[in-house]
Amino acid sequence: MALSGLQIFKLLAKTNCKECGFPTCMAFAMQLAAGKAELDQCPYVSDEAKAALGEASAPPVRKVTVGAGDMAVTVGEETVLYRHEKRFEHMPGLGILITDEMDESQVGSLLAQLKQTVFNYVGVTLRPRVAAIKAADGARLTALAARADAEAGAAIILMSDDADALKSAAEPIKDKKPLLYAATESNFDAVSAVAKELDVPFAIKADSLDRLAELGQKALDGDFKEVVLDPLPASLGDVLLDNTIIRRAAIKKTFRALGFPTIGFPCDMTGDRMLEAVYASVFIAKYSGFVILSDLDPARVMPLLYLSQNIYTDPQRPMQMEQGIYPVGEPGPESPVLVTTNFSLTYFTVSSEVEASKVPTWLCIMDVEGQSVLTAWAAGKFVADAIAPFLKKSGIEEKAPHKKVIIPGYVAQISGELEEELGDGWDVQVGVREAADIPKFLRQWNPG
Amino acid sequence: MAFEPPVEHVKGKIREVSLEGGVRIGGESTFPFHLWEGEMPNAPIIAMEVYDESQPEWPDAVRQVYEDVMDDPVAWALKCQDEFGADAVCIQLKSTDPNGADASPESAAETVNKVVGAVKIPVLVYGSGSPDKDADVLKKVAEALPDKSIPLGPVDDSNYRLIGAAAMGYKKPVVAFTSMDVNLAKQLNVLLSQLGVPEEKIIMDPTTGALGYGLEYCYSIMERDRLAALVQNDGMMQMPVINNLAPETWKAKESRVSEDEEPTYGNVGTRGILWEAITATTLLLAGSDILVMRHPEAVKLVRAAMEGLKAQSKEKVAS
Repeated sequence: MALSGLQIFKLLAKTNCKECGFPTCMAFAMQLAAGKAELDQCPYVSDEAKAALGEASAPPVRKVTVGAGDMAVTVGEETVLYRHEKRFEHMPGLGILITDEMDESQVGSLLAQLKQTVFNYVGVTLRPRVAAIKAADGARLTALAARADAEAGAAIILMSDDADALKSAAEPIKDKKPLLYAATESNFDAVSAVAKELDVPFAIKADSLDRLAELGQKALDGDFKEVVLDPLPASLGDVLLDNTIIRRAAIKKTFRALGFPTIGFPCDMTGDRMLEAVYASVFIAKYSGFVILSDLDPARVMPLLYLSQNIYTDPQRPMQMEQGIYPVGEPGPESPVLVTTNFSLTYFTVSSEVEASKVPTWLCIMDVEGQSVLTAWAAGKFVADAIAPFLKKSGIEEKAPHKKVIIPGYVAQISGELEEELGDGWDVQVGVREAADIPKFLRQWNPG
Repeated sequence: MAFEPPVEHVKGKIREVSLEGGVRIGGESTFPFHLWEGEMPNAPIIAMEVYDESQPEWPDAVRQVYEDVMDDPVAWALKCQDEFGADAVCIQLKSTDPNGADASPESAAETVNKVVGAVKIPVLVYGSGSPDKDADVLKKVAEALPDKSIPLGPVDDSNYRLIGAAAMGYKKPVVAFTSMDVNLAKQLNVLLSQLGVPEEKIIMDPTTGALGYGLEYCYSIMERDRLAALVQNDGMMQMPVINNLAPETWKAKESRVSEDEEPTYGNVGTRGILWEAITATTLLLAGSDILVMRHPEAVKLVRAAMEGLKAQSKEKVAS
């Protein structure tokens, strides 16, 4: 059960040494209770306190890392049910299923897909990282895992009910932290013993939440921290049910036995690859830590990666575009120049309307810490004496020497002042207020 | 320690709004698709778009589907009803846009009248989004079909008096449109009900962002709307929600740009369909009651996802 700040305080050294980064032991205790600090930050914590506090101060959903280096996937550490309450912490690890029924060339092409698939979206690198390998035979499992490691550097999930098979496949790549999948009621001791020996995470699976919780409790009793849950949903509705109940139990009841991330296999739920992608979107929106697909066709995996980013982006920090000049279409020296703020929604709306206009345009995006036009204007960030130096330094004059710049209609009032700040020969033109009116505006615009 | 599943029962309930043909939306007494702990008496419906003017600039994937009916809204609506099994159609009166063809309110009303006369399924009507023009257009539409329960939108804080009055006079539901803000949404509902629009005649449009284009804002606003309605039992937030998503997803670059231009993006047709279907499915999870959609394949996928979501092993949470 969770301890209060005061209960935690009683167990600390009470010296107020500040070495943890907080002004007093009491302040540190409050942060620990809120799950916003780690016990390790205190250098003087006693073993006794550690034992008492370790459990209480652990995040309600444990952190699990599978894989190593750039391809490592860390999930868990979640603290809320709704993203607006704070944020979701770690995007799910997306990946593919490879089985012993596939021939060598099929395996090779799936691994090549895994290695090559990378998208860049609002400055974030999005990619699938996981290879889930399923084989009945230990030698085959070992060989396929070695290939996934060598050819894609993948975060590997080893799938077998046989603890010996899991061990033989995991041992050579144990430093890459493969996930052993999965321990059940019948093989829990054997699989967890391999996980302990090799120091790798393991999954538990059961088709009732009761039995899953029992296995989770066994893992806690064995002092395992990195565990992944598979509630074996029988339908898409069960995915929503299982993941919701598990997350609620972990967050609202601090029920440790289910306080672990989950894994889901949309690849096993339908033979229709389009529907599989739609199913996968439910796993992503609703809390899954790992989502395993049949393949990585870019047209199907791209929307899923974007969705992961959308759901897991921090709602308290507006998504921002990098400051700079964004060409839309293939603009030239005579093309119109628009300036607006770097709030991602502003950028998306404006750029998609500019795109729809089919008029090649220079879009100057100014850093105002991610605020919208009116908010940034009211805050004194999107005003003449800030916009003028931005435009001058941006290099837009070299790209479009006509010295005409179009500002959003909502800040019409700054046009005179901006013209003055920009100085010789600049012409500041007032654009439209609503993005939807941009196409008509641009089609009628001429450099004069 | 035995596991007691944390099942949550809520106090609030979403109001039911009646459309034509006995179709009702809303009525949920639980979070979206949480059928193990509450009721969802009416499944969300899919309203397929019908435009009142040709859409030559659409991406191939959707243009090819509607090429034969682009100039005929009645044929278009019948195609959605008969070929694609649409639950409803949503007429987008794009021709009335003052920045476009600027068609008259009378001609718009006539189009709506013809479509309503031809189909058996419910009809919804969206203006062009120009608040002044929409006030004239939607008023004429209401007059032309005095007895039909046809939701009219978008109604915003600048034209709600005019459209609200016409809607009351002719017993129409209104679609209250606000831009991604819980407080503004509530405020517009309050204004409409103070005007006299019955609360069971209001549908909320929170502004829809497509996948990659603000979906997460819309998603969280809808989640907060539902929490206010169900957990805080706020009567002014208990209106069903509509997402006019198709115009957004098909505008996204990712739905339009060909594989030749972006070789790493994969097939453009597949991408466009999934952009729409995944946006719609995500919105279902946040509480959408009406999805305005375009591509028949995307509609099929979302229907299948809805059927999948309804199948639940409730014994898993039986205590």
